Amino acid sequence: MKKIATGNKAIAEAVKQALPNVVAAYPITPQTEIVETIADYVTSGQMKSRYIPVESEHSAMAACIGASITGVRTFTATSAHGLLYMHEMTNWAAGARLPIVMANVNRSLGPGWNIWAEHTDAMQERDTGWLQVYVSTVQEAYDTTLMAFRIAEHNDVLLPVMVNLDGFSLSHIMQPLDTVEPGDFIPPIHLPHAIDTKNPTGYGGLTGPDQHFRFRWEIEHSMRDAVKVIAATEKDFAERFGRSYGPTENYRCEDADVVLIAMGTFGKEAEVAIDILREEGIKAGSMRLRWFRPFPNLDIAGKEVVVIDRDYSFGYGGIVAHEIMAKNQCEVYSVIAGLGGQEVTYDDMAAFVRTRRMGEEFWFGVSGHV
Amino acid sequence: MIIAEIPKEEYIKKCTSACAGCSSSLTLRYVLKAAGPDTVLVVPACCTSVIQGIYPNTAMNVPVYNVAFAAAAACASGMSEAFSGMGRKTHVIVYAGDGGTLDIGIQSMSGAFERGTDFLYICYDNEAYGNTGMQRSGATPLGAKTTTTPTGKTVEKKDIDAIAAAHHLEYMATACSAYPLDIYKKVAKALTFRGPTFIHILAPCPPGWRYPTEKTIEIGKLAVKSGMWVLYEREHGKLTISPPSKAAMKKPIPLEDYLTPQGRFAGINPQSLETLKQHLTANLKKLAVEEAEP
Repeated sequence: MKKIATGNKAIAEAVKQALPNVVAAYPITPQTEIVETIADYVTSGQMKSRYIPVESEHSAMAACIGASITGVRTFTATSAHGLLYMHEMTNWAAGARLPIVMANVNRSLGPGWNIWAEHTDAMQERDTGWLQVYVSTVQEAYDTTLMAFRIAEHNDVLLPVMVNLDGFSLSHIMQPLDTVEPGDFIPPIHLPHAIDTKNPTGYGGLTGPDQHFRFRWEIEHSMRDAVKVIAATEKDFAERFGRSYGPTENYRCEDADVVLIAMGTFGKEAEVAIDILREEGIKAGSMRLRWFRPFPNLDIAGKEVVVIDRDYSFGYGGIVAHEIMAKNQCEVYSVIAGLGGQEVTYDDMAAFVRTRRMGEEFWFGVSGHV
Repeated sequence: MIIAEIPKEEYIKKCTSACAGCSSSLTLRYVLKAAGPDTVLVVPACCTSVIQGIYPNTAMNVPVYNVAFAAAAACASGMSEAFSGMGRKTHVIVYAGDGGTLDIGIQSMSGAFERGTDFLYICYDNEAYGNTGMQRSGATPLGAKTTTTPTGKTVEKKDIDAIAAAHHLEYMATACSAYPLDIYKKVAKALTFRGPTFIHILAPCPPGWRYPTEKTIEIGKLAVKSGMWVLYEREHGKLTISPPSKAAMKKPIPLEDYLTPQGRFAGINPQSLETLKQHLTANLKKLAVEEAEP
């Protein structure tokens, strides 16, 4: 069914169709529209879920954990400070192997108060054991949210999934949305370790070093298996509904000498920059990094790489750039751009590629190269 | 009801790693006997995290969900809603220490009370962070020595019962580990209500309070007989003082009889002692008046 929706509404629509039994959430800009919409669906009877209006994000994730361990489907949404406030519990959710799905509307962190897009919030959750995917359009936000439930709940994965979308530049913009009838695309949830009072079990009690080590290893094992589950889920989605994505979305990369890599809306915008560069005779392509955890293998051998990071690790560098360098033993031109919602146009992106200085770091709009 | 009528089923096995003389595990034994097998315990970081034993073993015979320190009541909210959505009547009981209740967990507890979560929140109170070696908590009484108040606490215990009462719970109560039948009855009663209920249970701690392990029941009784701890129920706001405290309030024993056997109060300064006595008297009077003229 074709309609027009914001990124936030698209997520809420997908959640309505995935029908989690429990949604627990706390409002935060620019995510609020997601939980407001879900609260309205529940209140008006369009969605037969329990909606828990918690008093904090820490409690939002704790309530999802409590619900999830009973074996039911759960969802929450947050952003920026909310995500960081629940950080203790995001670790708990992954460690407890609970397939919670969360939308995170990427936003910068204070001080000062800045409510616009930045990826540093989700990057601080990088090592928690959550799968992370970054979307670039309203349609993709919807499609990916449906897929997220199936991937998280797959018994080879059983890890939480975070669907990331850029604050305002995707959460609040209107684009066409083609909704589907998911049918049996998302199978009923079966949590093998769900609470059963007839077979009493302890959860998360004292655990010695050897067992703890094994549990961590199992998370990584599942994270690697998730690569296959994601691929199979995306393939089935494409067969049923006609839209395919993949771990990266590559644009004119085959014969490219230089590849521009970015996540989220920048990754999509980059395609326009590539067309401009191609017209100038520069053999450029773009690669939008969609899945960040598990981190995909990138086909960039022999190519120059320009990375736009909408995040930063102080004292180190752009996080995506450094992950790509570490995984691929390559040199990159690292551009730091778009922090706190800074405007970056496709012309700016084309300029990043044109004036690239391999091995250097460039802070756009501040003082040039570092 | 007499103590012999308490069910024989045990939900906490004789292989816990609790300290000798631990009154909180004794309390939990009666809590679970009252709750029965269709119960899930939610336990934040506290002594009870430890006494279950080490994975893959557990001394518990009901499902226990251990969760982060500040998260117990919120976790219980999610669990309770999920069970209710499935049409299951499983009891969800938070069993949290005083630190996890009065300090770090107060926000999630207040949130769960306010939004009407159907659960029982039990705070077992050993008046300090026992699991980490007896640091002061919001529940530590004035004058008590802990590892972070080495000369005695200089401020008073937080009145968590007044805070809980401000949420207009249909049922709340206090209890003490030395009175297991009273615990049993109060837990059984609390579980008949839908919505949030709260029981605050004093649980003396031999290593923390510095008294010999065999005196754990005696210390609990002295707390009640001196009036330092009062047993009562508050049902739909109406206060009923429980029989042991009713008897004690007629003629409380001297407060020193309760304090002196405990190393944590050794050398308490006279001013703190006087303040404790004044507040004890005022509290007993206030409760008696409230019960007589609701």
